[in-house]
Amino acid sequence: MRVTVRLFARLRDVAGASELAREVAPGATVGAVWAQLTREFPDFAAYERSISSAVNADYARMDREVRDGDEIAFLPPVSGGSDQGPRPRQNAD
Amino acid sequence: MVTTPLLSIGVEPLRVDGLVSAVSGEGDGAVVSFLGLVRNHNAGRRVRYLEYEAYEPLALKVFERIAAEARERWPGVRFGLQHRIGHLEIGEASVAIAAASAHRADAFAACRYAIERVKQIAPIWKHEFFEGGDVWIEGATADPEDRRARAEAERVACA
Repeated sequence: MRVTVRLFARLRDVAGASELAREVAPGATVGAVWAQLTREFPDFAAYERSISSAVNADYARMDREVRDGDEIAFLPPVSGGSDQGPRPRQNAD
Repeated sequence: MVTTPLLSIGVEPLRVDGLVSAVSGEGDGAVVSFLGLVRNHNAGRRVRYLEYEAYEPLALKVFERIAAEARERWPGVRFGLQHRIGHLEIGEASVAIAAASAHRADAFAACRYAIERVKQIAPIWKHEFFEGGDVWIEGATADPEDRRARAEAERVACA
């Protein structure tokens, strides 16, 4: 079955796309989709513990089963709280 | 007649006066408004401008959730929340909140609660462009079911 993956902020930068279409196995969970993406984009692994996810624009847990046609969004930590983000990228002089 | 939506997200500049009149009624004794501004410095960096990005349909649902939480905690408070996305210059407003109530204590608390919750759970990201580079600001993992985060927002609101 086929799902649409939505990526935001730095995940979008890493993947080079805000939206991806991916084939996933029947019975796959949101977590399985994430694991599949992590193999494709190794830099995603740094977000393993801080990611949130949504299915069809509602927050959903990683153990949620996905269905054909679902829109799965992966959300890096949001702007609020303390500033513990990635190290700033310095422009080359 | 142009009506001001109470909950919205978009690229248009924010107008807090419209939000204030949209939430206030004749039974209200207080309306508290908040504007979040883009400042010119952050973590020792000189900020040039910000770009905000959001998962818009989920952000709107989160705003509805925050409004419902605030109504549950402070019944009778009428509440508006607007967030801007896209390119924002220094001094521009990124978020506007207004809370109206019969009494000022509830209006202050609900307004503070709302901005704390936005920071915790709204799927909105800030890309900071500073002198010498850029960085995505990443704070908290967004989890609307996290009771501790909600309790913390309530604690701050009532402090």
